[in-house]
Amino acid sequence: MKIGDTEIDDTFAEAFKMWGARILITAENPDWALAAARSMTGFATSVIGCKCEAGIERELDTRETPDLRPGVSVLLFATDAEGLGKRLVERIGQCVMTCPTTACFSGLQGEKSLAVGGLLRFFGDGFQISKRLQGRRLWRIPVMDGEFLVDEKFGAQKAVGGGNLLLLGEDLPATLAAARSAVQAMRGVRGVILPFPDGVVRSGSKVGSRYKALIASTNDAYCPTLRAVATQTRLDPDVNCVLEIVIDGLDESAVREAMNVGLRAAARPGIRRISAGNYGGNLGQYHIHLRDLIKADAA
Amino acid sequence: MSLRLQLRTRPEVPVEADALAPDRLQGLKTPEVESLPLIHGNENCVVGDFFAADGECNGELHLEGDLSRIKHLGSGMKSGTLHIHGDAGAHLGVGMSGGQVIVDGNAGDWVGPEMSGGRICVKGNAGHMVGAAYRGSPMGMTGGEIIIGGCARNELGHGMRNGLIAVGGDSGDFTGVNMLAGTIIVLGRLGLRPGASMKRGTIVTLHDSELLPTFSYACCFRPPFLGLYLLHLRQLDLAVADAHISGRYARWCGDSIELNRGEILLYKT
Repeated sequence: MKIGDTEIDDTFAEAFKMWGARILITAENPDWALAAARSMTGFATSVIGCKCEAGIERELDTRETPDLRPGVSVLLFATDAEGLGKRLVERIGQCVMTCPTTACFSGLQGEKSLAVGGLLRFFGDGFQISKRLQGRRLWRIPVMDGEFLVDEKFGAQKAVGGGNLLLLGEDLPATLAAARSAVQAMRGVRGVILPFPDGVVRSGSKVGSRYKALIASTNDAYCPTLRAVATQTRLDPDVNCVLEIVIDGLDESAVREAMNVGLRAAARPGIRRISAGNYGGNLGQYHIHLRDLIKADAA
Repeated sequence: MSLRLQLRTRPEVPVEADALAPDRLQGLKTPEVESLPLIHGNENCVVGDFFAADGECNGELHLEGDLSRIKHLGSGMKSGTLHIHGDAGAHLGVGMSGGQVIVDGNAGDWVGPEMSGGRICVKGNAGHMVGAAYRGSPMGMTGGEIIIGGCARNELGHGMRNGLIAVGGDSGDFTGVNMLAGTIIVLGRLGLRPGASMKRGTIVTLHDSELLPTFSYACCFRPPFLGLYLLHLRQLDLAVADAHISGRYARWCGDSIELNRGEILLYKT
């Protein structure tokens, strides 16, 4: 399969069941909303080391937010609902409540509701105030610039994590440019985030390690410097750089769509092949085949 | 199909019409509806003595005519819609827990006393004791919403424990007296002594107000929760401007003769 001169591997991305939440952060102006969102989504690249994966879904117009202020939508994912609840409390408490002028709202009605404001309220030391509006309970927590307003509960739903694309390029500049282009296109898809720095990861991993303490280690099959020594290199002789884009989404269709637009944006001169990472299909519950993406688009 | 009851005869003295709630009339045929009991002064009578019924109640009940002497409409309502095409008498929606009451005209005293859920919308004015506790009762409304398009008179939200009362015009004296919690928003002016003896809860006005000396000034700020409430009221056709949503409010805490955990928010232009 080819898109232009770029070969598309007949393989699949192996994605996993996760739990996801959408967090709406509003503030006095877009800069403060973004500051809180960036803080909240920091150190959230992979559940392996960060206990959650998070990213900015998009910036919100004042007409889209509950309080008519500028806002940012953040998606946060964890491997189970309990863990998701803990991460929400930690990150909203430490990164959003601390940021001047912000308020924080649940952005989806999920299968489960997780207590967030209901726990953060205790920071108010008895001065917190509860408000109920249209079946929704909010907490007003007094802070030094006024009040932090937060939903008592946040909706959580089953989600999909670990969709991915591997861009195999001739050199670093061409691969970086393709990755940038793919990320830009994928960010237009609702319901997904790309949790790695600016959406791109260079340290792709395989399961396991020769060191017992590690559950994951470098994906030697895709490291160009190991082409001569890796037991099963996946790199053609003219590939000198590989970058990966990981996608987490609120549902499988959103992940598919993001992969699809990313695939097409990344297929360009300088990119020899586009592939996807999997574990032989034995670990992940979702298999997203690249050929299906191409066929669906052709249809 | 909805049920329509047209008032044929305006009663000389008030009629108590607890039976007239959409969930109680659900599925009843016209003759059955017309035979339901009412109390006219000190006499027992039936719906048919005053109303002509048409249709069958499918959760929607329409009452037409001048019902200012018909009391207890929608009492204890749990679901459905009661639409009053005119004025409503006192004790409207007593203790209702769900559903919706719409009054196109004015309502008498005691709108939604001790209600726990649902919504009452009065497009005109309302009398005294909206959402209040009955005398001797520990608390007034504990949930739901009462929206008054016009003005309301004294003791609005007396002893209210939760829920929302909004008034498009002015409110009378003792707004939020003995309030335990909940939210009262008056787009017009508050009468005398608002929040007297309030323990918790919020009273908001878009005008300045003379407050009791047992209230203390805290600060001037933009209360983020208020934007959500005002947007909700705008959706319910109350005249809320963008400036009110994004504006700053002076926060006064009180009543210090009680818990001092209540607040009165005064809009600052």
